[in-house]
Amino acid sequence: MEVLLSIAIGVLTACGVFLILRARTFPVLLGLTLLSYAVNLFLFASGRLRIDAPPLIRAGARYADPLPQALVLTAIVIGFGMTAYLAILALRGLSESGADHVDARQEP
Amino acid sequence: MNANAPILPILIPLLAALLQMVSGRLAFQRAVGLLATALLLLATGWLTLLADDGVLRVYALGDWPAPFGIVLVVDRLAAGMTLLTAVLGFLVLLYASAGFDEEGLHFHPLFQFQLLGLVGAFLTGDLFNLFVFFEIMLLASYVLLAHGGGLARTRAGITYVVLNLVGSALFLIALGLLYGTLGTLNLADLARVLALPGHDQALARLAFALLIAVFALKAGLLPLSFWLPHTYSAAGAPVAALFAIMTKVGIVAILRVQAIALAPVMPDLLDNWLTTLALATVAFAALGALAAPRLKSLAAWLVLLSAGTLLLTPAQASAGVSAAALYYLVQSTLAGAALFLLTGIIAEQRGKAADQFMAGPPLPSVWLKVAFLVLATTLAALPPFSGFIGKLMLLTSMRDVAAGTAVWVVVLTAGFVVMAALARDGCYLIWKHRAAAQPLVVEPIGWQRVTATLLLVAAGPLLAVLARPLSDYTMRAAEQLHAPGAYVTGVLRPGAANNGREAKP
Repeated sequence: MEVLLSIAIGVLTACGVFLILRARTFPVLLGLTLLSYAVNLFLFASGRLRIDAPPLIRAGARYADPLPQALVLTAIVIGFGMTAYLAILALRGLSESGADHVDARQEP
Repeated sequence: MNANAPILPILIPLLAALLQMVSGRLAFQRAVGLLATALLLLATGWLTLLADDGVLRVYALGDWPAPFGIVLVVDRLAAGMTLLTAVLGFLVLLYASAGFDEEGLHFHPLFQFQLLGLVGAFLTGDLFNLFVFFEIMLLASYVLLAHGGGLARTRAGITYVVLNLVGSALFLIALGLLYGTLGTLNLADLARVLALPGHDQALARLAFALLIAVFALKAGLLPLSFWLPHTYSAAGAPVAALFAIMTKVGIVAILRVQAIALAPVMPDLLDNWLTTLALATVAFAALGALAAPRLKSLAAWLVLLSAGTLLLTPAQASAGVSAAALYYLVQSTLAGAALFLLTGIIAEQRGKAADQFMAGPPLPSVWLKVAFLVLATTLAALPPFSGFIGKLMLLTSMRDVAAGTAVWVVVLTAGFVVMAALARDGCYLIWKHRAAAQPLVVEPIGWQRVTATLLLVAAGPLLAVLARPLSDYTMRAAEQLHAPGAYVTGVLRPGAANNGREAKP
C-alpha cells in the first residue's frame, strides 16, 4: 500500500514537473494539475495510511487522522480555483497574442 | 472589546469586500472601500498601541486552544506590520479611486481581499493558516495584476501565476512533511516538538528548508527572483505600489520561522547560503536598476534591491540586526510604493514618452519635480531622509557579523550604482526635452492621486524625523521576536498570566 502510493506520487510529480517545463500553456496547465494531485496525495499520506478506519474517534475503534483530510480539502479547493484562473488567463493570452507560448510572445 | 481586537483587521476587509460585491456601482464601492481601509487604519493603529505593552495576545478562533485550533498571535511585529499594510492600503486605494478602478471590473473587492490576505499572513500563528492567507493574497494579486488589461499584463500574469502555483505546491509538500514528522502545524507547537527527541531530524530539516525556499520565492531571493521585475513593471501603478509590501510578507515569514522555530534547534539551517544569495540579489538588482529602460521598471528593481538587503538579516539571528531591518523594511516599503505612484502620474504627463528614459515634453508642475527629488534622495539612501537612516542602522548593526565586510562592500557599491542610475534617469525625466517642446495638455491630476503620492513621498522626511520613536519600537519588536521561549509559552498556555484575554478591563 505505502509502496503503491509512493510510486503513484512519484510518477505524478515527475510527469507534472516535465509538463510544467514545456513552453506552451496547455501542457503547463496539465502539469500543474498533475503536480497538485501528487501534492494532495502526499498531504493525505502525511496522516499515515489506515485501511477501514473512519476519521471518527469512538471507544475501541480504529480511526484515521482527520486533520490531513481537512487540509487536503482546503488545498483541493484553492488549487482548483487557481487552475481555473490560469486557464482563463492562458486563453486571454492566446487571444491577445495569437500564440499559446507561456511568454505569450507575438508570433511574427 | 480589547479581547477581540486581533480579529478586527481580518474582519473589516472581509466584510467590506462582501458588501462591495452587493452592488456594482463604482461610487458605492469606492465609498465602502475608503471607509473600510480608514477603519482598518484605526483598528491596526489601536492594535499596535495595545501590542506595545509587550503582552502576547493570542486569539483562539472558535475558542479552541492552541495546538488544536487555529490561533492568531499578535506581538509587536505582527501589529506593526498590519499597521504598515493599512497605511499603504489606504493611500493606494485613495490613488486608485481617481480613475484607475474604472479600467476593469471588481477592483475594489479584490483590493480588500488582498488586504485581508496580507493582514492575515502577518497575524496568524499557524503554518497551514499562513498558507491559506498566502493564497488569498495571491489569488487577489493575480487578478489585480491583470487589472487594466493588455498583452504585457497577461504575459507577466501567466509566469507569475505558474510560478506561484509551483510555490504553493512546494509549500504544501513542506506542510505535509512537517505534519508527518512532527504532528502539528502550529508554529509555537512546532518549536516545542522540535526541541524534543524522537522525530526524524533530517526530514524536519528538509521540511523547513522547503518552507524557507517558498518564502524566498515570495521575497525574491536571487535564483527565484527573475519573475519580480517584469511582473511589477507590468502591473498598474497602484497595484504595483500595493505589491511593494508582498515581498515583505515572505521576509517577515522567514524572520519569524527562523526566530521561533529554527534558532533554538537548528540555527545552522540558514547560515552561509542565505546571506550569500541575498548579497547576489542586491548586486543583481543594482545592475538591473542601472539597465532599466523605464521608471516603473526601475521602481521594480528597487523593490527587489530592498528585498535583497532585508534578506541579509534573518541568518544573523540577532535582535539588533532585526530591529534595524524592521526600520529599513518600513521605510523602503513606503518609498518603493511612492515611486510606483509617482511613476503613474509622471507617465501621464509625458504623453507618448510615458515613463521611458528619453527626451519628452517637460513636466508641467514643480511639485512633481520636487517630489521626485525627495523620493530619489530617500531611495538612493542619501542624507537627510529615512533611506539614509535605515541603511546606516542596518550597516552599523551588521558590522560585527561574520560576513560583515562583504555586506558593507556590496551594499555600499549597490547604493552608489543606484544613486548613479537615479541621477541619470532623473535628468532624462526632468531636464531633457525635445527642442521647443511645450508641456502636454492633459487632464488635471485628481486631488486623490496628488494627496496619496505626496503623503507617501513625505514618509521619507517624516520617518527621518520620527526615527527615534520608530527605531525604539522596532527594537522592542525585535527583542520580543527573538524570545522564542516566551512566544511558545504564551501561545500554548492560554491560562498563563500573560494571555491577552486576561487583559479585559
